[in-house]
Amino acid sequence: MALKIGDYKTQVHNDWCVGCGDFGIVNAIQMALSEMQIPRHQAAIFSGIGCSGKTSHFVNVYGVHTLHGRVLTFAQGAKLANPDMKIIAAGGDGDGLGIGVGHFIAAGRRNLDLTYIIFNNGVYGLTKGQASPTLRLGEKTKSLPTPNTNYNVNPIGLAITSGFTFVARGYAYDVRHLKDLIIAAVNHKGLAFLDVLQPCPTYNDINTRDWYSGMDNLDESKKQHSRIYKLEDTGYDPVVHYDSETEFNEKLTQALIKSLEWDTKIPTGIFYKNEIISQYEKRIMDKIPNYMENPPSSQVVSSNGKPTTDISKILDSMSV
Amino acid sequence: MLEQTDISWLIGGPQGSGVESGANIFSRACAAMGYEIFGKREFYSNIKGEHSYFVVRVSNNAIHSNINDVTLMAAFDAETIFRHADEVIKNGAIIYDSDLIATKVDEVHNMDLNYKQRLLKYLDSKNKPYTIQGILDIAQERGVNLYPISFRNVLSTMADEVNNPRLKGMVRMFNVLGVSFSLGVLGMPPETLLSSIDAIFAKKQAIADLNKKTANYAYNFATAKFPNFMYRLRQVEKKSGTILVQGYQGTALGKMVCGCRFQPYYPITPASDESVYLESNEILDVKENRPGSTVVVQTEDEISALGMTIGGALTGTRSATCTSGPGFSLMAEMLGWAGINEVPVVITLYQRSGPSTGLPTRHGQDDLMFAIYAGHGEFPKMVYASGDIEESFYDTGRCFNYADVYQVPVIHMMDKFLASSVVTCKRFDSDKITINRGKLLDKIEGDYKRFAFVPDGISPRSKLGLENGIFWNTGDESDEYGHISEDPEIRIKMMDKRHSKLEYMLKTIPPEEQAISYGMSDYCIVSWGSTKGPILDAIDMLKKENINIGFIQMKLLHPFPTDYIKSLLKNVKMVIDVEANQTGQLGLLLKQNLEHSPDYYILKYTGRAMTSTELYDSLKNIMANKAEKRQVLTHGA
Ligand SMILES: Cc1ncc(C[n+]2csc(CCOP(=O)(O)OP(=O)(O)O)c2C)c(N)n1
Ligand code: SF4
Repeated sequence: MALKIGDYKTQVHNDWCVGCGDFGIVNAIQMALSEMQIPRHQAAIFSGIGCSGKTSHFVNVYGVHTLHGRVLTFAQGAKLANPDMKIIAAGGDGDGLGIGVGHFIAAGRRNLDLTYIIFNNGVYGLTKGQASPTLRLGEKTKSLPTPNTNYNVNPIGLAITSGFTFVARGYAYDVRHLKDLIIAAVNHKGLAFLDVLQPCPTYNDINTRDWYSGMDNLDESKKQHSRIYKLEDTGYDPVVHYDSETEFNEKLTQALIKSLEWDTKIPTGIFYKNEIISQYEKRIMDKIPNYMENPPSSQVVSSNGKPTTDISKILDSMSV
Repeated sequence: MLEQTDISWLIGGPQGSGVESGANIFSRACAAMGYEIFGKREFYSNIKGEHSYFVVRVSNNAIHSNINDVTLMAAFDAETIFRHADEVIKNGAIIYDSDLIATKVDEVHNMDLNYKQRLLKYLDSKNKPYTIQGILDIAQERGVNLYPISFRNVLSTMADEVNNPRLKGMVRMFNVLGVSFSLGVLGMPPETLLSSIDAIFAKKQAIADLNKKTANYAYNFATAKFPNFMYRLRQVEKKSGTILVQGYQGTALGKMVCGCRFQPYYPITPASDESVYLESNEILDVKENRPGSTVVVQTEDEISALGMTIGGALTGTRSATCTSGPGFSLMAEMLGWAGINEVPVVITLYQRSGPSTGLPTRHGQDDLMFAIYAGHGEFPKMVYASGDIEESFYDTGRCFNYADVYQVPVIHMMDKFLASSVVTCKRFDSDKITINRGKLLDKIEGDYKRFAFVPDGISPRSKLGLENGIFWNTGDESDEYGHISEDPEIRIKMMDKRHSKLEYMLKTIPPEEQAISYGMSDYCIVSWGSTKGPILDAIDMLKKENINIGFIQMKLLHPFPTDYIKSLLKNVKMVIDVEANQTGQLGLLLKQNLEHSPDYYILKYTGRAMTSTELYDSLKNIMANKAEKRQVLTHGA
């Protein structure tokens, strides 16, 4: 029987602030799961700590709400041990790009087949609005006593240069587009990163919904221009089509250039997609050929309580 | 009756010069002749140049430790002579590179200033020149035999004879020279030397051949030149089913056998040897099944290592990591998460000397309290300690069972002494390992609650990917499904459910797995971990003098088996705490749990492992009522 969106929702009371962008993201995740018809037990949402961290409790699949900044470590461990799981890791921008940025880069270098979504609101929501790593230098959101003293991280650029092989950006209030991006990310063979612009009406009074929709972004005729636009509408091709350095560099460079756009024109959609670089799973298979067909979680390690592993050859070589 | 052989051989040289493979060749050769081996490696936190040495004790009786005395020393650099000449006993011998004889203390650049100053003072007090000659004179006056050989001359004569000019000045052959001279001096059969070299360099035939040529030559040279050494090693009766094993291999093989299939780790001495070894044996032979494998992942840090391990464990895979103090510090937050979510993981903790990076390559048992208290908040975990390498194999199997059965993180305490020792022991017997996955479910029907309140406190466990087994985890307090809950009643019930496991462990783990009693007497040593070896040997030495000392080796350190230990100590008049740390941490635990502090402490925290000799001396002092309450041991360079 086909699974409906409702099947992917839990009964858990959602305590996010009214109007929070997080609602759009969790809806998009549920829509994506039902559109892909992923059996509930074959999917897991791992999440970090922060407002966004609660996401895993709202989705009716395996849900693992982990530690601040550490979501990728848990998610990758699970994926390595059971590569059949569809795994989505979710977390805040403070979570993933502040305390967790080391894991972010390391995960990129590995390129395991999973999806990582950052709920990017420019602030630390759950600890009441401190500056997050994506907030621009000199900006002062309402709960900052003084303007932000740090330069910002560029999540898209960082992901591309860290080795993520699918890099995209969505917008929390464009749920359908976001849903499509999530599906593309989940279907991507390799590590997918999704930067989701997520207005936090409670603490970020700069990058608000109105700001994104361009209420203040007027031309001479006083016409309002949404800051957000879609790369796919411009004929942009993010895909690395063939295995050549020139092709790699071209696609990387155009994605990096796009990642620098902000303020009046903010691109969404897929920036970069490369399925030529090997997945980590393949790299393991170079060492352990039957890794995918007999991964750690499905190995039979005992029979009637006795070990099935035979170390006698090793012991023979130690014998004197 | 066989005559009793018990000798100690020391090889030393600069780090990176092959001290370890020299020692391995020697150990293997002796083991092949039927001897028991106990070898220990000491080295600086340095890759090349600093002083490194290996002491190998060889006996035809059971031995479990090193002793102070050195019977034969093979030194191929000046520092080894300066540092260890005094340990060589009367009638023992020093094989040394005669080209070094005029080397002055000041010329040994790696030797630290403090030691140089002590050495100069010492030479001064004996009226000797500040040279190798000076220190060897002292040894000779004590009755030590001096066996000078010009290592370079031997190589170059040999190079001419075998027509291989490359050999001339090939300094990296010095270690093999040292070993081969030693075997010659000890009158061991040359085949043992050659087959040992074959075994050590099994994968590198060309290197093996070159080494064998050199070894053969050096061996004959030494037998001809120094035929009269008092100590001889002859073939003795061989116990069948003996293996020669390095410390870290015990836990690694234990992990393979008991079904650990996932080990993320971050490099740290002395723990990483275990992971590297696991990785080099990634593909496993499996009976009647598809070939198995252990996925070993080098992570970006220890936080990630434990995070991945937990992630792996959530899929039902037996997962572990291994680390030492600084890495374990980083894992503390993760540990609490595993605790509140009742995730079975095993952390093999190879202790070394702290605090901080402390003495990074040296031994210590400083982390007992840290292991017990690691993590914020209150949650059950288990701390379990192995006393030797043989035990560590079987204990690894146990630790995984404990983790699964009680659904807790288990910290398996190992240490540097164990990790870098080489010993002979009984071939590991996989049949003695049982695998108990506890309440891990394979099938679920109906409404599933991961943290269901059940009478024994251990809720049946699902795993990622299992149909109908969906659960939620959170580091926050949660309800039975695993969803966040701040309800005060649920909080009490969840806390109590988790903590009830501690009582349950004590009730269900057989006493002989909790602690081992080696006989009781009025005097009783209480200890844990790798001090076991020196303690057993020291007790044996005392027994020969009709002095009986009891010994309790604690294995389960948390939860503390209070009742069982109380019952063991019921009639004991004096408790002696033996540990390799400064504060007597087990002593503190005894005080906490038994309301009784040890009467004496024997502690060592120089970073070097205890020898049975110094422990024996210290125990004798206590027996003679001549001891301070707290004795500090200091042997070893
Ligand atoms: C190790 C650690 N340090 C600090 C915290 C406190 N903390 C909780 S949420 C949070 C910030 C979350 O911000 P962000 O990741 O941007 O997520 P948001 O709440 O905005 O969704 C912090 C610092 C913590 N839980 N753990
Ligand atoms: S604080 Fe911001 S991010 Fe958190 S729930 Fe409220 S609106 Fe959303």
